[in-house]
Amino acid sequence: MLKRLCKRMFGKSIWVYHCNTGACNGCDIEILNILTPFYDVERFGIKLVASPRHADAMLISGAVTRPTLPLVKRAYEAIPNPKLVFAIGSCATGGGAWFDTYNVTGGADKVLPVNYYIPGCPPRPEAILYGVALALGMVDKQAAPVELKQMEFPIDMYERNEAWEKRNVIYELLK
Amino acid sequence: MWLTSKIKQLLMVMKPGVVTLNYPAERPPVPKNLRGQPVWDHQKCIGCGGCSDHCPSRCILTRDVCQELRVMLYDGSRCTYCGRCADICPEGAITMSNSFEIACDDKDDITTRLELFMMTCQRCGRCYEMEKSNAIDRINLKGFRYDNLEQRALVRTTSETFSPELLKESDNYKRPSDKE
Repeated sequence: MLKRLCKRMFGKSIWVYHCNTGACNGCDIEILNILTPFYDVERFGIKLVASPRHADAMLISGAVTRPTLPLVKRAYEAIPNPKLVFAIGSCATGGGAWFDTYNVTGGADKVLPVNYYIPGCPPRPEAILYGVALALGMVDKQAAPVELKQMEFPIDMYERNEAWEKRNVIYELLK
Repeated sequence: MWLTSKIKQLLMVMKPGVVTLNYPAERPPVPKNLRGQPVWDHQKCIGCGGCSDHCPSRCILTRDVCQELRVMLYDGSRCTYCGRCADICPEGAITMSNSFEIACDDKDDITTRLELFMMTCQRCGRCYEMEKSNAIDRINLKGFRYDNLEQRALVRTTSETFSPELLKESDNYKRPSDKE
């Protein structure tokens, strides 16, 4: 009875472990910002916990640097299953400006299986809230891949064909 | 004493009322000077590649498929939203929109792919002068480019005339690593 009640009450309340993997603290400040009374994230049942063993989800901020790489893996293994991983900021999603450098693995998805990406440098607190709401199924996904094509002829090709036709007109008149 | 302090606290809390933003239900207006996701106008773009030269995170990739077709790919996953591409664009084809709700579960959702017809200049073969770039850029990134779009990697080799060999080489480009 109590177990079922607990499941119903706390089924969607995610406890979150925040893991800084070499970020510049910009994203960390925004994560702390969503815990303030203005963007009160605890109304979704989300709570920041200190130990990964208590957590359900993991927030990664920062491109995973070489010294933090084994520690991140250990922290990820310490989280009990099932677990969610959020990559917050453009460093964690794709590596940021350091995607190529020698002591950076270039994004959290090269180390761990990442579930949700929240790009931005740093992301707005609303953007982080939106990502969390997306994970909870409260809003729809707005981002979609865009493909654009120039649907016009290359002008020199067009002119070449036109000149060829004009020349043919003269030859046909001469016939 | 204990009770009076609690009552005082309650009164203090009562004064401002509810301050919490009910975010996913109600969306407040976005500030106008926010730099969100960049938006391309493919009718204005001339394909000069200035944005990909000046991108600090090298997230705009340029690949010449043949002499007349250039593919430009914007990889939004590592974009830092600095707005330098919009500043440098000579035609004003890039605008920084104020959409920030771009959280996704797949990295390909935040990419933009442009396919551009290129016409060759009679004098130099390209249309963009590289005066504003620095010396290293002038050596490396002039003429035809062969970035790898599958690996999302910037390949620092260019050629003055289009060469199919370099295009084929850049297809199996791998990021240099010390693990092997």
